[in-house]
Amino acid sequence: MSTTQLPTTPSSVEIEDITGLKERSLSHRLFASQPFWVTVALVVMCAVMTWDQPDAFASADNFYNITRNFAFVGIMAIGMTAVILTGGIDLSVGSIMGLVGVICGLVLQGEGHWGIAVLAGLAAGALAGAVNGVLVAYVGLPAFVVTLGMLSIARSLAIVLSENKMIYEFGPYGDTFIAIGGGAILGVANPVWVLMILALIFGFVLNFTSWGNYLYAIGSNENAARLTGVPTRRIKLQAYIVSGLTAALASVLIVGWQGSAINALGQGYELRVIASTVIGGADLMGGHGSAYGAVIGAALIEVIRNSLLMAGVDANWQGAFVGLFIVLAVLLQRIRGKRSA
Amino acid sequence: MPLLELNGIAKHFGAIEALKGVDLTIEPGEAVGLMGDNGAGKSTLVRIIAGNFRPSEGEIRINGQVQHFHKPVDARVAGVEVVYQDLALCDNLTAAANVFLGRELKRQIGPIKILNYPAMYAKAAELFKELKSETRPRDLVKQMSGGQRQAVAIARTRLADAKLVLMDEPTAAISVRQVAEVLDLIHRLKDRGIAVVLISHRMPDVFAVCDRVVVMRRGRKVADKAITSSSPEEVTGLITGAIHVA
Repeated sequence: MSTTQLPTTPSSVEIEDITGLKERSLSHRLFASQPFWVTVALVVMCAVMTWDQPDAFASADNFYNITRNFAFVGIMAIGMTAVILTGGIDLSVGSIMGLVGVICGLVLQGEGHWGIAVLAGLAAGALAGAVNGVLVAYVGLPAFVVTLGMLSIARSLAIVLSENKMIYEFGPYGDTFIAIGGGAILGVANPVWVLMILALIFGFVLNFTSWGNYLYAIGSNENAARLTGVPTRRIKLQAYIVSGLTAALASVLIVGWQGSAINALGQGYELRVIASTVIGGADLMGGHGSAYGAVIGAALIEVIRNSLLMAGVDANWQGAFVGLFIVLAVLLQRIRGKRSA
Repeated sequence: MPLLELNGIAKHFGAIEALKGVDLTIEPGEAVGLMGDNGAGKSTLVRIIAGNFRPSEGEIRINGQVQHFHKPVDARVAGVEVVYQDLALCDNLTAAANVFLGRELKRQIGPIKILNYPAMYAKAAELFKELKSETRPRDLVKQMSGGQRQAVAIARTRLADAKLVLMDEPTAAISVRQVAEVLDLIHRLKDRGIAVVLISHRMPDVFAVCDRVVVMRRGRKVADKAITSSSPEEVTGLITGAIHVA
């Protein structure tokens, strides 16, 4: 019907055209979106687990645990999304998390104010991100190599600064710092609040600001973006700073929750963070991804982990299941890509 | 006064002389076909006018004013728009987003500026209508035909008050029907008093839409004459060097 030519005046054809297009694009976009299907998978998994383990899985305690556990990875995944949208990658987020944790711990141990500990941590994360960003965007080195270098450097710095010891004597301001990451408001853990607020902010920024639009443009065709006047280098630098900052934010919260800082904090997190964004629909070639996708991807990984534990599956199988979902996610992406092309 | 004046433009890349003393003037609303074999210097010349390269020697004047373009945006501010050979489009964005890329319309809400989608869709629709193209503002570029993609790239040049549009091989890789669409688009630009420089290898295209033909060979301008006083045979001879100077 929509393809038949209507023998009416040009203006009414146009209206028909536009409304028809709108309706198609809404439902079409929903069913073509990976976050939608991941959300469906998540809901199904939760429903099955609730039916199977009504007392253990569907309890308020378990909900609190699950949401808090994926909040840290989710926060980092949002920052990672900015980088991946540009076609880059940030392998250093786990190490930045470790470095920031040690810095916060040292400030608190030295009887520094909790506000200074938070600011020093965020500044360290932003600085590490800025170093990544300058090397990638202005010097033109491959993101994979630059951030792999930062992965090693930041972890090494964390070990040197901490003198390879655990930091747990948090001084006079320690209680407040611990309350920030370990506390809860209205029965929801603070990191989860931070995650939700951050997701809303980034959802808004990615969809409604030119900065967000530029991330998608750079990931799709960087040359075109530059030729049309997009400040591609500056935007890419900023994406890496955002990624460093979200890693630092997650670190501040996790150190508060755990009540101690160890230099091994965040080891291996980079892969969980990248896995979350990919499961949530981000394309490692750039140009596709969303804040909601990053969060829902992180949630799915945590629910799989939690469900396997509850179902009594040997914990060593977790990696296999998470890996399976990563491959399935990319496969789904490929199939969708073929259909829309 | 001519719209564009090039005086003694030369460009060296190390020991290679890509352009040698090229003079060219273009009047408002004029369509000029720029022809030549591969490596004759057409693209280098266009890139200098577009602000991608700086000339090693010579000066560029627009409306009599000497210009020093450091980057493409400088040329755009002076009224020079480019349709690149690969069109410089982002496949994952909508037609409207591509048209407005780098100069989005925004709306102030409190302290933040947000993208004004309704205004961009409306303006893009208006531009496509003006170009008599069936392109729809909300469609993703990756789903479009070659002709529609051209329309998006050309609509972009209509955003600002462009005086000169440079088109680098716009008909190189599209179907016959789409070529006709693109030539139509060039006519629309001329109708609005916009000068067009068309780089093309296709003789029929140049003879269909251009007022003048300029032939380059080995970095030099070897011919510059009205299309009515030339012929495809003569231009072919000039391109290959069978005829030395016209």
